[in-house]
Amino acid sequence: MADLSVKIAGVEFKNPVIPASGVFGYGREYEEFYPLSKLGGIATKGTTGQLRTGNLSPRIAETPMGMLNSVGLQNPGIDRFIEYELPNLMKKDTVIIANIAGSTPEECAEVASKLDKTDVHMIELNISCPNVKQGGAAFGVSCQGAASVTSLVRKATKKPLIVKLSPNVTDITTIAKSVEAEGADAVSLINTLLGMRIDIKSRRPVLHNNCGGLSGPAVFPVAVRMVWQTANAVNIPVIGMGGISSGKDAIEMMMAGASAVQVGAAIITDPFAPVKIIDEMNEFLDSNGILSVDDIVGSVKPWQ
Amino acid sequence: MMKYTQGKYILLKKITLAKQIYDFTILCPDIAQSASEGQFVHILPEHFSLRRPISICGIDKENGTLRIVFEAKGDGTNVIADTKQGGNIDMVGPLGHGFTLTEKKEKAVIVGGGIGVPPLLPLAKHYGKNAVVILGFRSADAVILKKDFEQTGAKVIICTDDGTAGIHGFVTEPLKDQAASADIIMSCGPMPMLKAISLIAESNNVDCQVSLEERMGCGVGACLVCACKVKKNGSEHFGHVCKDGPVFNSKEVIW
Repeated sequence: MADLSVKIAGVEFKNPVIPASGVFGYGREYEEFYPLSKLGGIATKGTTGQLRTGNLSPRIAETPMGMLNSVGLQNPGIDRFIEYELPNLMKKDTVIIANIAGSTPEECAEVASKLDKTDVHMIELNISCPNVKQGGAAFGVSCQGAASVTSLVRKATKKPLIVKLSPNVTDITTIAKSVEAEGADAVSLINTLLGMRIDIKSRRPVLHNNCGGLSGPAVFPVAVRMVWQTANAVNIPVIGMGGISSGKDAIEMMMAGASAVQVGAAIITDPFAPVKIIDEMNEFLDSNGILSVDDIVGSVKPWQ
Repeated sequence: MMKYTQGKYILLKKITLAKQIYDFTILCPDIAQSASEGQFVHILPEHFSLRRPISICGIDKENGTLRIVFEAKGDGTNVIADTKQGGNIDMVGPLGHGFTLTEKKEKAVIVGGGIGVPPLLPLAKHYGKNAVVILGFRSADAVILKKDFEQTGAKVIICTDDGTAGIHGFVTEPLKDQAASADIIMSCGPMPMLKAISLIAESNNVDCQVSLEERMGCGVGACLVCACKVKKNGSEHFGHVCKDGPVFNSKEVIW
């Protein structure tokens, strides 16, 4: 069996597969399928300063090889998370990454400072939610906005800080460099791509929010390209996500430069997706005589 | 012991009940064993990304089978409908909070509309001759499961929109005659119908359980896409059809 462990910003993961924020709630539902200790880590549902009710339904639509969603950061608020969800998660023998968001940089910093006093292993700052008017995407799409929120959150916590980036930008590498300069320990990408579907009979958008975030296998090549570009542009680890649904996809994403991967939409299709991906990665490494998954990170050999 | 199961299960029997309405019997002992009335299974059409929630129409714990009756309405359900007898169904289940059954001796008035009818069959089996079942359809050729309901011993009243079978009119008309003497009302069907039924239940001061529908993602309460407005303890919030429902007390639903 190959060594699947990876280390990101000083944090040890037993394997590089992490359910992405949003699809996995706070883990309670998936514990009814398999022990959470099988996972490398868990990125929890995006949590804000106060309770948020989210957008009106419908919040989801099928697309070719993927899906659109517009949940709108529904969550119980950071105090409830720390009091009720986090203690349960910390018992699960896996890395817990608290995903946070806010309407303003100050709200993000306040949430981060509350988490700083907990045992949570890492913080993932979402500056890229496409589904709320001020959900982070507002400051995630300019270098200046991304830098200022990262700087404030960095001052609020000593926890390893991952910044989750939006693909809905002209050049993701410049945003990545901006957050690196302000002290981010890692970046994760890509969040969903902004999309839309229309019901041609009613002429209504399928989503009540009109637009939503596209994810699933359809976005995978875009994600691989952005991870590759970003990994070549920054010196901090990159966590890759976007349409990964098999062990082969995960290997490909890591060859592009990701030090670990997150799995989102695939879990909606198959609740066992993360566990299957871990097994398939193992098989690939073993059958190719690769001793450690670390050896494949960034190992793509681009044409000159 | 894990609460949910996912796997590929064999389609034992496939019958066409009406135009685009299919009746599947699926061998799935682990799911059948823990399934209860009003719950659903989440089926993945091959090569699709989203599963389709389909309510359970029959539970046979002894033979380890579930029965589902569904309408092939869009691309996804058409793919499921194309499954050959003996083929595989990729299914997660049993999911959701189903109907809360009361004592068999109570008078249950069970009201279904169109493709909302199938999940009510196990309720008619439970209450038997003490149940009054009111089923509404577009027209005579859309009537399904009439015999199944009659076999439970329940009194069955059929309504059609065009008068080609049973009473010419909506299910609410016969319900008005039955509601005053009912101990409980249970219903599944289109939202306007459920709303009208809950008003009749309320004015007669009878408890009412309704099964709702919403576009769904994970089916287990994690992804939060199937939100519906409910009120509990005086305050309004979003409940989730997949986990808090599909069956809600009608007084909790904000119509």
